[in-house]
Amino acid sequence: MSTNTSPTFLIDGEEISFQPGQTIIQAALAAEKYIPHLCFHPEFKPHGSCKLCTVKINGRPAAACTTQAQAGLNVESDIPEIKDKRRTLVQMLLVEGNHFCPSCEKSGNCMLQALGYDLGVMSPHFAQIFPVRPVDASHPDILLDFNRCILCELCVRASSEVDKKYVFALAGRGINKHLIVNAESGRLADTNFSPTDKAAQVCPVGVILPKRVGFAVPIGKRKYDLKPISDISSRPALPSGGEGSTGQLASGGSLESAK
Amino acid sequence: MPMKDPADIIDAVLSRHRDDPTRLLQILRETQEELGWLSRKTLAFIARGTRQPLARVEGVASFYSFFHTRPMGRYRVLWSDNITDRMLGSARLMKEMCQKLWLEPGHVSEDGLVSVATTSCTGMCDQGPALLVNYNAIPRLTSQRVAQIVELIRTETPISAWPGEFFQVDDNIRRRDILLANRLNRGDALRTAIVRSPTVQAESSANERTWQDSNLASAPGPLLTLEEIKRANLRGRGGAGFATGTKWEACRNAAGSGPESAHCVICNADEGEPGTFKDRVLLTTQADLVFEGMTIAAYVVGARLGMVYLRGEYRYLRDHLEKILTRRRSEHLLGHNILNQAGFDFDIEIHFGAGAYICGEESALIESLEGKRGVPRNRPPFPVTHGYLGQPTIVNNVETLAAAALIAANGGDWFRSIGTEKSAGSKILSVSGDCERPGIYEYPFGVNVAEVLSDCGAIPAKTQAVQISGPSGVCIASDEFQRRIGFEDLATAGAFMVFNNERDMFEVARNFSHFFAHESCGFCTPCRVGTTLLKNCMDKIEAGHGSEYDINEIFKINHLLQTASHCGLGHTACNPMFDTLQKFRPAYQRRFKSLAFEPAFDLDLALSQARQMTGRDDADAHLKNTMEVKE
Repeated sequence: MSTNTSPTFLIDGEEISFQPGQTIIQAALAAEKYIPHLCFHPEFKPHGSCKLCTVKINGRPAAACTTQAQAGLNVESDIPEIKDKRRTLVQMLLVEGNHFCPSCEKSGNCMLQALGYDLGVMSPHFAQIFPVRPVDASHPDILLDFNRCILCELCVRASSEVDKKYVFALAGRGINKHLIVNAESGRLADTNFSPTDKAAQVCPVGVILPKRVGFAVPIGKRKYDLKPISDISSRPALPSGGEGSTGQLASGGSLESAK
Repeated sequence: MPMKDPADIIDAVLSRHRDDPTRLLQILRETQEELGWLSRKTLAFIARGTRQPLARVEGVASFYSFFHTRPMGRYRVLWSDNITDRMLGSARLMKEMCQKLWLEPGHVSEDGLVSVATTSCTGMCDQGPALLVNYNAIPRLTSQRVAQIVELIRTETPISAWPGEFFQVDDNIRRRDILLANRLNRGDALRTAIVRSPTVQAESSANERTWQDSNLASAPGPLLTLEEIKRANLRGRGGAGFATGTKWEACRNAAGSGPESAHCVICNADEGEPGTFKDRVLLTTQADLVFEGMTIAAYVVGARLGMVYLRGEYRYLRDHLEKILTRRRSEHLLGHNILNQAGFDFDIEIHFGAGAYICGEESALIESLEGKRGVPRNRPPFPVTHGYLGQPTIVNNVETLAAAALIAANGGDWFRSIGTEKSAGSKILSVSGDCERPGIYEYPFGVNVAEVLSDCGAIPAKTQAVQISGPSGVCIASDEFQRRIGFEDLATAGAFMVFNNERDMFEVARNFSHFFAHESCGFCTPCRVGTTLLKNCMDKIEAGHGSEYDINEIFKINHLLQTASHCGLGHTACNPMFDTLQKFRPAYQRRFKSLAFEPAFDLDLALSQARQMTGRDDADAHLKNTMEVKE
């Protein structure tokens, strides 16, 4: 962890020490300072697409996941102006897909829903876009419900970088961007996807779901039902998290095992 | 002629491109040219050939508007949908065409013969309305021409047999200055640049060091030319205005990586900003100067590889440009040992875009050149250090490179003496809209808008607005016509769209909102969703359901886009609404029924399905609220 000699910067007035090479969000999460995020995952390279981690750095807005930490920066995160923007971003994601939390198996474990609660999103605000996104139930063990996809590309990255299977990719452009699977039939059953793949473990929302284990934990007793997402102590350690890791990107650990 | 096997066709395309996955866009384009569209089977074949996952190939193919992953008509008609085309009657003409063909816009005819749809501005604003048929541009459309085209399609006449005059694109150069009136001969600028360096590394090449290696040290020639570019104070002509000398110097000083290390010069000819067409004319009339500018750039930064990224809409320029490249090779202005300078090796290849405005953003352009989806990269690192295939790369606008050639020939001091203090040289404007003489106007920087208006035959008293630099630029009203073109005031990539007093500035902004929603790459949340929400907001107002509430929504989304978007597209996507709301608010307000709030949800419309199912259309089957709106 940080030593007295580590350089530091400020987040909301709090001094955060960091290792050179860390991004702002890596340093913040290692210090148990929560910055909202969806496409960021400690085990993967920063992506910078969801923009939930937008903060003000020396007065200028920027994504905390793609900005390198530097000594003396003044980062503002938990301020009304920024929280308002994050709320709007969550609302945009909610109307872009088809999210029906009460019937969703991921309810209570869903980062989007949890962020909505945490940021005080009371309604989707914007008119629903209602995209047509058929589910793919072809695979014997996994259901793909594209309705909930927020296009964070975590499964794409996990499948190519970790599993080396390239099962997922993004297709289309703009509001028509969508997740596809790597098969001539277009069906997951015709890929070499396995429930033990890394890609099966990383979806922050409820797109990639194991079959036949629905509602094993009742709604109300799930991860974010118990503690808000901003309470970092609610996070379980990742299997690959190195104890005491100081936030090296590839080794994970920095966030999940920090406590 | 016997039908060729699709597999053989794809094989031939693949081998032409050495199965190189970085050439995926060119492979997809050439395959589609032969097969009409890109089925998943075709994509799977290409994926195997280029040794990459099918889903990745499909992801690329589906990113670009000009690639079709569903069957298309044998004749694919795309109407340019810029506001200037609309002002010239494109919507009416397209309707005429569809009626004559018994066709719904956006659909393929049942016999698979033809499809008609719209596309973003095709860069023919000075001679619209324009369309593309199988990606060949046809400007100056009239009812009569539409009828002729319909007949040619109905009789299935091959496009090569259509009258040549249909495809005649005019240059319409109305005012020439230093660039368009230059009297340089081919190679003049290069020769001057080389003479500036008394000795070129004969010694080092004897030592088997490459010219690039020695260049990175302190060879005098390239450095002296770089000094001229810097002294000239040349700034990028693509809109952002970055100092060209600084860019070249950073690239020159960057070390490439890996065994394939090579600096790269890219000419950005993805002129996608609606209302801009000066690069089309530059490449038509000054291609040698542009290529010479690229070669000068290569000389300065030590590049061997040059690429032109030409927008797919300008595909018709291909033969013309290839011919000029061939001539330059035969004259030793390209290729090995250019102008007999040992080790000065540089060549240029033309790549085509495929209908994606975002690829005008330099890092998205590089992604596209690498055969990927055109998504802007996270920066830093910048292309000057990590560009094409990770190598130091400069990306310059067509006009910037032409200006660089002028500077190499005539010197930085000469260039700097033209224009204004902060904006050296000249700027080429693409003038379109409500004026008598639309076309290309080159001025020294500092010219004011009123002067341009009077030169192009627009009556300032009857002109209410000019859109400078396209939708992503700024809309100025008549009380601002004394403002000047230049980096100090109105920085511009060149678009200059004129709107007279009769024009509805709300419709102008609405057209631009559709443009941005269509062209957002979809990478980041704010732009992907925000541009569509903006478009929906504008459509809601247009449909008579708008109120002040929606104006507040537009401002709110604007603020988010400006602060949180990944790239310039998102940052500027709200500009047209923002400007017109500031300057032409009544154009919005006269559409409002209520000042406070009006729901987007249309109760009566929601009942339409029930009416259809029950076969009713009597008064009792309607709800009142929209009856009022519809009248």
